[in-house]
Amino acid sequence: MTTTRLAGTTVEVDAEGFLTDPAQWNEQIAAEIASANGIEPLTDRHWQVIRFMRETYLQTGSAPSIRSLGKTSGVPIKELYALFPKGPAKLAAKIGGIPKPRGCI
Amino acid sequence: MSDTIEKVSIVISKGSLEGVYPGLIMANGARMEGIEANVFFTFFGLDAINKAKHEHVKVATVGNPGLHLATWAGGVPGVSALVTHQLARAMEKLDIPPIPEFVEMIADSGAGLYACKASVDLFGLSEADFIPQAQEIITVGEFYALASGGQIIFT
Repeated sequence: MTTTRLAGTTVEVDAEGFLTDPAQWNEQIAAEIASANGIEPLTDRHWQVIRFMRETYLQTGSAPSIRSLGKTSGVPIKELYALFPKGPAKLAAKIGGIPKPRGCI
Repeated sequence: MSDTIEKVSIVISKGSLEGVYPGLIMANGARMEGIEANVFFTFFGLDAINKAKHEHVKVATVGNPGLHLATWAGGVPGVSALVTHQLARAMEKLDIPPIPEFVEMIADSGAGLYACKASVDLFGLSEADFIPQAQEIITVGEFYALASGGQIIFT
């Protein structure tokens, strides 16, 4: 675990750059992580996915699978991959300040 | 060569449930990591994209020592359907989709789905037998061309 400076604050991240404490997250941090991962600007559709990931994680303790992301986030699978070409669940989790999803599906 | 995998081409050659799922999970998992993926369905693996058959893929209960079931018991009518049903319920709990939905999900994720021409000819099938997400019937040579620059995984 290391610390890094994001959007003017010091946050703790794991080896892959996922925030280890979701409470340290804010929207400026999200935008900075997104831009570092090739996603700029964050549109309303991106935010819909990011907020869904984050809220599901905070409520249930685990990030949703790509299947439930496609079914219940309001953004279908095809669009998820258009918004986050390098992996929707992984990137939305990273940008949303929650740990990397551990599911295989 | 870079130390990350950027592209995989997965061959699914078996038509049992346990023969189909691993390849689908690997293809979906690749796309989830942003890895480019192609899936090539050959021999009985074609059932996974066959409109009439993809809902009826079953666990092989005969000749499957992993089930720890006597061979004669595995052959009793209905046993394969029962074991398949139990497994499907367990998978649903883990959010693993049934094969038709899973294949559609993988296609939507941007992976290419292809049918093997030799097998299609052998079984007397045509493009009309496959789900619309199956892009093309291709030869093994065309598969290698598609797989160029990536890893090939045979299941």
